[in-house]
Amino acid sequence: MAAAHRQHKRRRLSPSPAPFDSLADELLFLVLDRVAAADPRALKSFALASRACHAAESRHRRILRPLRADLLPAALTRYPSVSRLDLSLCARVPDAALAAVPSSGSSPLRAVNLSRSSGFGAAGVAALARACPGLADLDLSNGVHLGDAAAAEVARMRKLQRLSLSRCKQVTDMGLGCVAVGCTDLRDLSLKWCIGITDLGLNLLALKCNKLTTLDLSYTMITKESLLSIIKLPNLQVLILVGCIGIDDDALASLEKEYSKSLQVLDMSHCQNVTDVGVSSIVKSIPNLLELNLSYCCPVTPSMVRSLHKISKLQTLKLEGCKFMADGLKAIGSSCVSIRELSLSKSAGVTDTELSFAVSKLKNLLKLDITCCRNITDVSVVSITRSCTSLISLRMESCSHVSSGALQLIGKHCSQLEELDLTDSDLDDEGLKALTGCTNLSSLKIGICLSISDEGLTHIGKSCPKLRDIDLYRCGGISDDGVIQIAKGCPMLESINLSYCTEVTDRSLMSLSKCTNLNTLEVRGCPRVSSAGLSEIAMGCRLLSKLDIKKCFEINDVGMLYLSQFSHGLRQINLSYCSVTDIGLLSLSSICGLQNMTIVHLAGITPNGLIAALMVCGGLTKVKLHEAFKSMMPPHMLKNVETRGCRFQWINKPFKVEVEPCDVWKQQSQDVLVR
Amino acid sequence: MDRGQNHIHGQSAANLCYQFGSDNPLLGMGIQQPFVPFTSPFGASSSTNIPHMDWNPATMLDNLTFIEDKIRQVKDVIRTMVDNGGQLPCRQGDLTQQQQVVNADLTCLIVQLISTAGSLLPSLKNSSFLSHPPAGHMDTVNHVGSSSSFIPNVTTISEENKEDMCSPEDYEELFKGFTDGAMEGGIEIDNVFVEEQDAKDGDEGGDASMDGENLPPGSYELLQLEKDEILAPHTHFCSICGKGFKRDANLRMHMRGHGDEYKSPAALAKPPRDASAEHELVKRYSCPFVGCKRNKLHKNFQPLKTILCVKNHYKRSHCEKSYTCSRCHTKKFSVMADLKTHEKHCGRDKWLCSCGTSFSRKDKLFAHVALFQGHTPALPADEPKNSSDQISRVGSHQEPAKFPSSMSSSFMWGTSSSDDRGLDIKGLAGCSEDILSTGNFGSFNFSFGPADGFTGEPSGSTFSVLPPEHFQSAQKKGKN
Repeated sequence: MAAAHRQHKRRRLSPSPAPFDSLADELLFLVLDRVAAADPRALKSFALASRACHAAESRHRRILRPLRADLLPAALTRYPSVSRLDLSLCARVPDAALAAVPSSGSSPLRAVNLSRSSGFGAAGVAALARACPGLADLDLSNGVHLGDAAAAEVARMRKLQRLSLSRCKQVTDMGLGCVAVGCTDLRDLSLKWCIGITDLGLNLLALKCNKLTTLDLSYTMITKESLLSIIKLPNLQVLILVGCIGIDDDALASLEKEYSKSLQVLDMSHCQNVTDVGVSSIVKSIPNLLELNLSYCCPVTPSMVRSLHKISKLQTLKLEGCKFMADGLKAIGSSCVSIRELSLSKSAGVTDTELSFAVSKLKNLLKLDITCCRNITDVSVVSITRSCTSLISLRMESCSHVSSGALQLIGKHCSQLEELDLTDSDLDDEGLKALTGCTNLSSLKIGICLSISDEGLTHIGKSCPKLRDIDLYRCGGISDDGVIQIAKGCPMLESINLSYCTEVTDRSLMSLSKCTNLNTLEVRGCPRVSSAGLSEIAMGCRLLSKLDIKKCFEINDVGMLYLSQFSHGLRQINLSYCSVTDIGLLSLSSICGLQNMTIVHLAGITPNGLIAALMVCGGLTKVKLHEAFKSMMPPHMLKNVETRGCRFQWINKPFKVEVEPCDVWKQQSQDVLVR
Repeated sequence: MDRGQNHIHGQSAANLCYQFGSDNPLLGMGIQQPFVPFTSPFGASSSTNIPHMDWNPATMLDNLTFIEDKIRQVKDVIRTMVDNGGQLPCRQGDLTQQQQVVNADLTCLIVQLISTAGSLLPSLKNSSFLSHPPAGHMDTVNHVGSSSSFIPNVTTISEENKEDMCSPEDYEELFKGFTDGAMEGGIEIDNVFVEEQDAKDGDEGGDASMDGENLPPGSYELLQLEKDEILAPHTHFCSICGKGFKRDANLRMHMRGHGDEYKSPAALAKPPRDASAEHELVKRYSCPFVGCKRNKLHKNFQPLKTILCVKNHYKRSHCEKSYTCSRCHTKKFSVMADLKTHEKHCGRDKWLCSCGTSFSRKDKLFAHVALFQGHTPALPADEPKNSSDQISRVGSHQEPAKFPSSMSSSFMWGTSSSDDRGLDIKGLAGCSEDILSTGNFGSFNFSFGPADGFTGEPSGSTFSVLPPEHFQSAQKKGKN
């Protein structure tokens, strides 16, 4: 019966010519690329249209991101030309899953990402190496359980060009030695947090893998014994040495006679044993550097900064959290004339006079970060806006001494701005009005600006059509009208934060549902938002992946039902204090990609409902629950969920419903700072 | 007496010996104990200018004046001895000391003479010199002859041989003259075959200072134990029953059984050192194996410090290695202590290379890997060599989703590998259980039907908690 049915179907299809026979695959793929760009889910519909479409879609797909590792073999047969396999949604990938990767002689698979997965060991890596001998990119980050045996298996992938072993803390010199000998083609290697690795292994690596261009040695035990051989790598362009306690002035001084022509990026942030003397001594060895990061590393002295003039092409200088000595910042202005990007965030000793002097010399600056430089006033802002008119990024969160009048200058003079962070400032509607000239603005962070209102947002909505990201955290003065103007004027909006904007209602959400690219919505502490608004969002914003509806007391199971029906891309949700019950939670758990849930203080949730939801939702990696549930749920169930790769975080915060007004909150937080 | 000088000169004397030895293997110096100190006027330069020396009349003159001075010194000492002879017979110690000094000085003189004459010897080879000796040189030679009553025949021989070129036989004859002279001085010089120095000995010469104390020859008393003595299991024997002991203390404990007289504290106490021992020369030992570097006849002779050193050295170098390591069954030792030291480390911390070579230290392995192309560090064998071939079929609770038929062995979800390192059993158990329970959920249909207030058009007709893939597979199963 079934066979007859199938025959009949074939007969019916055969007369009509396949629609894509005449179309070259290249052209077809171009079309499909466009379709996918418009709506990622459209390809699924396309594949269901006909057999030819299905086959075309099978051939077209290059990236595969399965939700469950046990479907991997089926998925790989369905999509034979996949070149990138991203398993970041599979919290647990057993060895058997990797062993099931079809091993054909010329597997097109080039990249595998296992950075978020656990459960596999050396056997799995060995199977992968056998199945895909041509693998060029392998990410084994966070493989805290992977040891030298796994590294030895990695070494069999002779064509590997990019490898990440970040946080593979059990890998020692032996494993690295195997990789160094086996994967001589490596270009990009990350050994961040590989605390088992010492100079012996690194020296061997430098000897065997001389094609390396990028090397991340953050938080390793590297000392001067191997630093020399690493600097000597002929092609090294990027060297990351974050938090290497073994790197000190002595180690840097030992490089004095060597120099690297190729090195372009050097990151020595958090190297606590490096001082300005060491930095001065290494400068000669790196004449072609483009980017230097000395955040949280050493005090900035004038002599050190003056030595930087030897690096004639330096473009980026990051000095976050550094202590500036007198005239240190001034020296940047006179010695580092070539820099385009300067970061001084959280640095101590940044004063008006010095900053004004520096920026007056750095007329070509494109990016400036002065976050938390609390001493600067209008004087600095005036000189910044006067000399750095081509700025595309200005971040000055928590510069609270700057007046609203000075903030208006930013919009008036820096019309190229694409990114602006004025969080926690005195910005008002006039300042926002001044920003109407910045038509390229894509990211605007104006949280905790209590004096802005709908009027200011209207200006933004009218003049910034490219806006993708807006942060209105605790802007108590705004209401639906302002948000509606933004939603109308910024159709490319991807992320909006309306947390604690207590006036916001469902009307805002309805207007935002027209922004089809929206993937992040935060409406925490907006008590007037309800399921009705959320359902509009769910239906309109199909790409929604992050949702924070904590303390939206009106949102109930209905909202969850809509989410489960439409928001298949949801990855992260915070449900605390909502009126959701077991039913809502269970329906939510049908979203298979869900990774991150926060479920604290939900009156309608029972332990049974919770455990059922947890059991169904296979992709969970992190769940925050109230501590009271810990004793109420059967331990073996919790263990079961944990073995799938989910981590529980037990929260013990008091139940607190009321939300204080924004001005009270700001006053309180400032009091905390003063104290 | 200046010991530093002694030492240097001692070396030069040894070199001299060698020179003779190499020219004529029958000649050699086996100086029996007591080994006598030398003094040298040459200082540091002497060792360099002796072996291939140009015949330097100035040096020769210096040497001879030194010999003269020395003779005068010895004369003075003996004179004082004669003067004091009747007065203080009780001071025996002083007398023996003086005797020793005289003895030493005399020997020194003899050796000095020999070396001075020896410096002449190589130049005898030079026929042109011999056939046409410059007047000045001949004067000096004559002077040597006249100032030293020991070797008058040196000059005679050389004069005799002036006409008929120097032949090997002449050397021998000449040297016999030396030896005769030396005999008179109380030194017996044996004609002992000295083995040619091999490369190994030359290497060992480098670590001569490893002994810590590098005494110059002659500044110590040289003893040589015989093979049987060295290999004897016991060194202390009971005078009553003859039982042997390794340690003196053990013997004393044993002696208690032979009577009460051995139980007194005095008898049980450690025997006090001889008072005279402090004045005695330091003892050094020679290995009885001829040709060994530790043998006194060796030209780069390095004495052994203690009897224990002699024993260990002899066993290590000249005995069969009879103790075999019980772990690796390859390493052999002749000293038990060596075996024990080895067994402590054998098999542990083995750093392996893919080529099969093993190293005791990681840095040595890495240096090896760095040196050889294609060699790679190998993980120790006790760590499981993980490969999926070992994944075996265990606990197939559920059918696998779908496997390509090409797979040689099918892999089960929730399988366990035979090694517990590659996969943690605990996690696996949880995993298989988990799949089971997920499966249960799968069979249970979580459809709520259309919910209240459902205004939007749902994409699928059924409302399910399950991913669509599950439905597909369920449908397939239904069809089958």
